[in-house]
Amino acid sequence: MSVQNTKQKLVVIGNGMAGARTVEEILSRGGGEQYDITMFGEEPYGNYNRIMLSSVLEGSSQADDIYLNPLDWYERNNVTLHTGKRAAGILRRAKQVFDEDGKAETYDKLIIATGSRAFIPAIEGVKMLGGGFKPGVFVFRTLDDCRWISEYTAGKKSAAVIGGGLLGLEAARGLQKFGLDVHIVHRGSHLMGMQLDPGAGAILKTDMEKLGVRVHLKKDTRTILGEDRVLGLRFSDDTTLECDMIVLSAGITPNWEIAAGCGLTTQRGIVVDDQMRSPDDRDIYAVGECAEHRGEVYGLVAPLWEQAKVLADHITGRNPKAAYHGSKVATKLKVMGVEVASMGIIEPEQPEDEVVQFSEPKKGTYKKLIIREGRLVGAILLGDIGKAPYLMQAFDRNTPLPEERLRLLFDIGDPPKQITFTEMSADTQVCNCNGVSKGAIVACVNAGKRSPKAVMDSTRAGMGCGSCKSMVKDIVEWACGGDLEEDPSVHYFVPGVPLSKPDLIHAIRQHNLKSVSAVFHYLAGGKEDALSKPGLASLLKTLWKAEYEDERDARFINDRVHANIQKDGTFSVIPQIAGGITNPAQLRRIADVAEKYKVPLVKLTGGQRIDLVGVKKEDLPSVWRDLDMPSGYAYGKSYRTCKSCIGSDYCRFGLGDSISLALRIEDRFKGLDSPHKMKLATAGCPRNCSEAMVKDVGAVAVEGGKWEIYVGGAAGASVRKGDILCVVDSENDVLKFMGRFIQYYRENGKYLERTYGFIERLGIAKVRAVVVDDSEGIAERLDQDMAESVAAYRDPWKEAYMPATANQFASMLQVLP
Amino acid sequence: MTDTAMTDTAMELRVARLDAIPPGEGRTFGVLGEKLAIFRTREGRVLAVQAECPHRGGPLADGLVGGTTVICPLHGWKFDLSTGDAIMGDCGLRKYPVRVDTEGHIFISFEDAAPGAAATSD
Ligand code: SRM
Ligand SMILES: Cc1cc2nc3c(=O)[nH]c(=O)nc-3n(C[C@H](O)[C@H](O)[C@H](O)COP(=O)(O)OP(=O)(O)OC[C@H]3O[C@@H](n4cnc5c(N)ncnc54)[C@H](O)[C@@H]3O)c2cc1C
Ligand code: SF4
Ligand code: FES
Repeated sequence: MSVQNTKQKLVVIGNGMAGARTVEEILSRGGGEQYDITMFGEEPYGNYNRIMLSSVLEGSSQADDIYLNPLDWYERNNVTLHTGKRAAGILRRAKQVFDEDGKAETYDKLIIATGSRAFIPAIEGVKMLGGGFKPGVFVFRTLDDCRWISEYTAGKKSAAVIGGGLLGLEAARGLQKFGLDVHIVHRGSHLMGMQLDPGAGAILKTDMEKLGVRVHLKKDTRTILGEDRVLGLRFSDDTTLECDMIVLSAGITPNWEIAAGCGLTTQRGIVVDDQMRSPDDRDIYAVGECAEHRGEVYGLVAPLWEQAKVLADHITGRNPKAAYHGSKVATKLKVMGVEVASMGIIEPEQPEDEVVQFSEPKKGTYKKLIIREGRLVGAILLGDIGKAPYLMQAFDRNTPLPEERLRLLFDIGDPPKQITFTEMSADTQVCNCNGVSKGAIVACVNAGKRSPKAVMDSTRAGMGCGSCKSMVKDIVEWACGGDLEEDPSVHYFVPGVPLSKPDLIHAIRQHNLKSVSAVFHYLAGGKEDALSKPGLASLLKTLWKAEYEDERDARFINDRVHANIQKDGTFSVIPQIAGGITNPAQLRRIADVAEKYKVPLVKLTGGQRIDLVGVKKEDLPSVWRDLDMPSGYAYGKSYRTCKSCIGSDYCRFGLGDSISLALRIEDRFKGLDSPHKMKLATAGCPRNCSEAMVKDVGAVAVEGGKWEIYVGGAAGASVRKGDILCVVDSENDVLKFMGRFIQYYRENGKYLERTYGFIERLGIAKVRAVVVDDSEGIAERLDQDMAESVAAYRDPWKEAYMPATANQFASMLQVLP
Repeated sequence: MTDTAMTDTAMELRVARLDAIPPGEGRTFGVLGEKLAIFRTREGRVLAVQAECPHRGGPLADGLVGGTTVICPLHGWKFDLSTGDAIMGDCGLRKYPVRVDTEGHIFISFEDAAPGAAATSD
């Protein structure tokens, strides 16, 4: 919209993993407004995930699956991409980049991200007279290489991979899938010499051989045999190996030539400073495998992510002080199904270096740590890499290791806490979802937040998957040193209304508050709190049923549009398929909808249903209309679904009709709001094929026409076998006691407390007393309330015909000037 | 769109009627190639910010609003819509000046925010 284009021109040479990621980082820093971006990519594609090439070669992925930035990404982000265009030269004086046809692009800033290519060892007979590879000789670096290799395998019997490093093994795995006899020919004395020591290498060799790959060590290839195509190899010891094709995988060479050609300093790669900039030219940067930083050239992706960030911070001016200090390379790989982790050095280098080692070759397990002054300087794990995350962190952060070395290799109970907090370095990442360090938590405590909840709220530690919550709590306690404040809000039902659940319910009833805004008005001094809205809405709906005054803004987006929001802002649609029972007509309709709306992913869920993933918000109403099925509620804090096994009608072990029961359960409880989701299941016998014992509520048929009712089961982030609430002898009683339990949970569960937490908090004895033995005399009232809630049910997908709010399903309203 | 509509500092555009946005909610608007989220709070304020969350691009208009706070629906970053500041998160939001006329039309001002524009405007 500006009258004059004031943007600078940014040209990027190389459209691989580093080039494209750097551009992404630049765009995410608003660089799209600073720069017109043009990229040269020698390959005729968008950017793809090179490390997935072996999956493409072996056929478990298609080329389409591995695109990171497909061609339309460039268009959408206003990046001009010259595909299939090799940049041939740089004229620094004119600030221009030339392609092979001599066409020039002018730049203000230039980024070189040319990556590397396969190193071609000087072996006689690799190339034909004209210069091309001898037919049957391949390298393994690009999508095109994959295609050429796989085309050539037709009718071939055997293949040799020259080079027993990571890439060689990956190539071998791919080749095996074509039914070839695969040989790895390696010059060194053990496989993966960069990452493994001889002990681990030997175990890996045995593993490989078990998988049918022949490994030839200490073999120096001299000649490739065959006149006009590959027939075999001859080694320096004059032995030979017959093979029909060869993949050269003997290392990589950075593509630095274009930089050298315009006078920039190059050694092993293009030399850069801590800003990823050439020391010779302030307007030229290099990033990725072609760059050499402090003498290091990296051959893995992790370092180049870090480089891309620094470069972007710097070039956009976001953080002119951003600096790259080099990466400590730690890798976790799966080579032909064998798990390997490796970091730092692989052999002790100084006399005082301490080596801790465990080896069990029969099982393919090998663990070795190298410790210097109490800190990890190197590690190799093979087979069992369970300890890798911890070790990689200790290595990366240079944190002191616990005295008891055994704990470093194996899990034997929890490490003692007190020692670790004092010794844990400040930048150790505690919350891996939100990237919060110990230091940030301590700083927050020092700034006056003296309760775990206050610290979590302000740092977001523990607010992702939640698995680090207890550690965050412990650190807060430790950092407070006894000065911990009891945070009254932990007793509130929702953070924004200072009342516990019983008090809140009492106040709501007393003042006759039927909407969320009324609650804020009367009970929170008129102050609205966004986070409290969905909890209040859920509670009010439970209390008032059909009388509840629904305010749409109180709902989380999922409940406003009756679908689950996904990372790109699209939604997933899961129709009701009670008990996992469907039929051809329904399947056909689902298939038609998936096709008509170009649904990117159709997935069978863990809940025995079909998920249409990636539906656009504006398509939701018509998708529901076309499906003409009820909502499956896969988005709500509510009753979700009831899974079922086959049951007595068909299964030879069936004791009860689990299918019919599941259908009745679903019909009765569908859509009920509750403190958190409720997942149910019925099983026809105690073999428990539908996992009813680990559901929020489950029914398991047992001998004698009886049903056991389980409550408080879990098999998600927590795993807990449910407790038996009672055993009943009819489907009607199953529905009655399930309903009563659910209603009791709806009224007494804390917001976002699943039944597994609820049961643990109250104890099954207490719950059983109330629900089964009616110890409080409320059973009848609970049944009555449940019946009213059931009667108030309305399928939300009916809003397809009558939207509830203005522009309810619009993802974007276009405004034309 | 005519050039005269754009002074060298700002341009005001009518983007919607108030009733395009339900109370307490937001909607995303595409204007001149920019995406913005306009919110109408329950107290009746109308506020406009960039549409995409600076964290991972979450649709802010789909967030929960309380007072002038919005919570991103994807990972819960929180922002103050009246200032654009992050309450929880690393980076704030771009704000757009809003005016609502007596007939309930919402106007947004766009400033020419291109870097260096000031230097070349004459
Ligand atoms: C689609 C599905 C995965 C699949 O393809 O199989 C799924 C997808 C999600 N699950 Fe799940 N869960 C799915 C079955 C399960 C199951 C298995 C089951 O239902 O039998 C479990 C274990 C049982 C349980 O619920 O405990 C499960 C345990 C979780 C948990 C952990 C809950 C816990 O407290 O232990 C979460 C996180 C949460 O609720 O906070 C979660 C959250 C999610 C969310 C909603 C994350 C989110 O908030 O966006 C995922 C939505 C992804 C998306 O982009 O749409 N999902 N999730 C399954 C839908 C089942 C269905 O038909 O409704
Ligand atoms: C089979 C395979 C498996 C791998 N597995 C792993 C793994 O498991 N883990 C890991 O961390 N790393 C792995 N890697 C390494 C990882 O892929 C690289 O580190 C990463 O791709 C380097 O990114 P880059 O952008 O620097 O180079 P590249 O991704 O190679 O991109 C460079 C691009 O620039 C183009 N180019 C070069 N010169 C020019 C020019 N003059 N003009 C225009 N374009 C040009 C090239 O064609 C190429 O597309 C693997 C690599 C391969 C080949
Ligand atoms: S679907 Fe469930 S397990 Fe899978 S990524 Fe999402 S929340 Fe995690
Ligand atoms: S995208 Fe908004 S919080 Fe992650």
